[in-house]
Amino acid sequence: MAPVRAERLESRDSGPSRMPVQRASMIGHYVDLALRSCRRSKALTALVIVLMGCGVATCMVTYAVFRATSANPIPWKSSQLFVPQVDNFGPTNNNAGEPSDLLSYADGTVLLHARQAKRQTLLYTVKLAVVPGNPQQQPFSQPGDAVTGDFFALFDAPFRYGSGWDVADDDQGAAVVVINGKLNRQLFGGNNSVGREISLDTHLYRIVGVLDDWQPRPRIFDHASAWDAFGKPVQIFIPFRRAIDLQLAPAGNVICGARKDDPAVPDWDSFLRSECTWIAAWVELPAPYDAARYLSYLHNLAAEQQRIGRFDWPPNVRLRSLAQWMEVERVVPKASTLSLIVALSFLTICLLNVVGLMLARFMRRAPEIGVRRALGASRGAICRQFLIEAAAIGLAGGVLGLLLTAIGMAGIGLVFEPQIAALAHLDTSLVVSTVVLAIATTLIAGLYPTWRAAQVQPAWQLKSNG
Amino acid sequence: MQIQPILAALRRHKMATVLIVLQIALTLAVVSNAMFIVRTRVVHLSRPTGTDEAHIFAIRNGWIGSPSVRQVDARMRADLDALRRLPGVRDAFASEAYPLEGGWGLLARVKLQPEQRAHPALAIVYFADQHAMDTFGTRLVEGRNFRADEIGSMGPYDKLTPATIIVTRDLANKLFPNDSALGRTVYLDDGPSAIVGIVDSLQGPYAGSTTRTIDEDSILVPARLADPAGTVYMVRSQPGRLDALMRAAPAALFAQDRLRTINPDGGVISLIQARAQGYATDRGVAIMMAAVCVLLLLATAGGVVGLSSFWVSQRRRQIGVRRALGATRGDILRYFQVENLLIVGAGVVLGSGLGVLANLALMQRYELPRLPPGLLPLGAVLLWLLGQLAVLGPARRAAAVPPAEATRSV
Repeated sequence: MAPVRAERLESRDSGPSRMPVQRASMIGHYVDLALRSCRRSKALTALVIVLMGCGVATCMVTYAVFRATSANPIPWKSSQLFVPQVDNFGPTNNNAGEPSDLLSYADGTVLLHARQAKRQTLLYTVKLAVVPGNPQQQPFSQPGDAVTGDFFALFDAPFRYGSGWDVADDDQGAAVVVINGKLNRQLFGGNNSVGREISLDTHLYRIVGVLDDWQPRPRIFDHASAWDAFGKPVQIFIPFRRAIDLQLAPAGNVICGARKDDPAVPDWDSFLRSECTWIAAWVELPAPYDAARYLSYLHNLAAEQQRIGRFDWPPNVRLRSLAQWMEVERVVPKASTLSLIVALSFLTICLLNVVGLMLARFMRRAPEIGVRRALGASRGAICRQFLIEAAAIGLAGGVLGLLLTAIGMAGIGLVFEPQIAALAHLDTSLVVSTVVLAIATTLIAGLYPTWRAAQVQPAWQLKSNG
Repeated sequence: MQIQPILAALRRHKMATVLIVLQIALTLAVVSNAMFIVRTRVVHLSRPTGTDEAHIFAIRNGWIGSPSVRQVDARMRADLDALRRLPGVRDAFASEAYPLEGGWGLLARVKLQPEQRAHPALAIVYFADQHAMDTFGTRLVEGRNFRADEIGSMGPYDKLTPATIIVTRDLANKLFPNDSALGRTVYLDDGPSAIVGIVDSLQGPYAGSTTRTIDEDSILVPARLADPAGTVYMVRSQPGRLDALMRAAPAALFAQDRLRTINPDGGVISLIQARAQGYATDRGVAIMMAAVCVLLLLATAGGVVGLSSFWVSQRRRQIGVRRALGATRGDILRYFQVENLLIVGAGVVLGSGLGVLANLALMQRYELPRLPPGLLPLGAVLLWLLGQLAVLGPARRAAAVPPAEATRSV
């Protein structure tokens, strides 16, 4: 058989030292051939390039939004951060067997004081009005969280000036505050304001730290309480104990009344004693076995509550990692996953289309392939030629796709909410992945047509044309 | 027209045929589901709230200095008096949420018996007074409005036990499907509440981006919620006075007393602005899906054009032979048209199955309703037309092949 002989011939003739040189010059030749063939069938080539460009651009634009909305806000540490949950509603009142996303005051404070993790924090969202010193200025409210001192180290929040507060401040409920960059610019022109005082809701607080515009997106750390994954960054952090002492009502999620024996909650103290859940908790557990140990601690805690009669059900506790928590809280907007699915099916359809069109392009040149094979080109050589042609088309599609992606990113604000659109942007990794995706897809699409081209029998082609 | 020879020819181009069939099938599955999502979103975002949206705005007012419940109540009454006296204001009342706000409404479980075992109906509460109907601009269809002496005051930890309530017609029909809800008794947190009035329609504040089933199930509770955290004032303006009032109203409130916050960005919002914000995601999804559908159909049409052209160019000699043997131009044209009809037909059959499967998956994950039965056939017809349109050019070029072609290159 001719093809087998041709292959053997080539491998015997080309010495090891000459081969790379020959290959390199052949690649140049193949690129030249690809350009020639593109010039010959302009319409078909243009169609393939436009299809690849559109498919890749749609994918990349939706991927950029998806990436922006589903990104891990603290990738270097997320495997060490966990959310403990204790079911204090019981099987008849909980949500399909799942404990509440939040803790009751009783369970939260027990976890805090047990100090079973390297770091732990409790958290709830509060609404605080900033009253500027200048009486001419209107008071304004800013998103705030009541947290414990461990919070900042737990989430690696970067400080511009100063630091967080210490355990003594936590225990006394000291009137201290950590503010974020924007509020510091608004009130102090961005200068070091550590040691100065601000008035929040008519109470004076001493600033101990200024964060360096910390705004993890999505805002998973207080999502269970604030439900605002893509909202404005939190500007005010005050000690948890301080907020409790001032009877600051939670401005976020409160889940109450799920139990029949819930006492009436006429005032703050009975609210704290109630089984209402409204406190988010985070623990830092550096080693893998720490998590197992902490889970068994939670289990014991719930078992103890069952023993003393507070729970009349067996322990139902969870310890979820940050990644799992993002799924539980469903922070990724449905619109962005849905559009990613649609974009992927769009790319698939483009891919099928391109396979068909490449097949047409390559098979149209069956006579040419026959001649080349008859003149001694191996199947491998034909494969290389056509794959290089596919890659060249993919590169062109990638460049077009990049252009369309840039246009799409500019138009993203028309489609998604401003706070989400602002997150999605064209960066180096997106540019590279656009081009790589285009070339890879076209190469995959070119595999079958190339294989078919390599199957062309030289004798048959020559005969039928002769 | 004989179908047998067409099938025989297609069998020689198995892969290319399979590719087009797959492409048509996927296109039908994606486009029908995407168009369905567009339709549900458009229906969702154009639902009326049942209020005089064009003339209403809301003020989100926060209190400074943790005032007591009694102080808050006194300040709310003074604020409402001031707002109602403002020139250009038709009416005003205080609640804790406004229509189209999204999110933070108060959810009530409505029981028909105090010790009901069955899952109670859910409804969303607006705190209201005798001015609420006029401010919303909603219409009573049965019963009466609240009387001034019914309006109570509630602290944030008090239980919801109003003696009288007004409900929407939608909720009334859900609670009492067989007879009138007027005069009947329901139980919210605890005590009995008599339904004294039924309003035509009033949307709750939840109207988010998912299709919720309780958006139209609202309860008006005759009370001021004196929450030290803050309150919402709803104001309905006289025609043409909205913009001026949206500036004058917060100024009038600050003139009352300054220990309050009304955020400059978004603290005062008209229902028209709230609608644009609340439905931003729905509008975005609809626009994007529609754009992808158009691109997808164009891509599919392009693919059909490309492959048909290739087939025509491959078969020039056969076409020439057929023409030389007496086939008319019409015969050749019809050959390619019927071939396309068959391929698209196979794609449509496969695509309908895929479309239903995709819909089932979407129903599970994204709370979408079932595909209406007419949508897939509509998509099929659309694809058939598109296929015919796409094949017309190549088919006409095929028909133009002269019989002499048979003698060439031999």
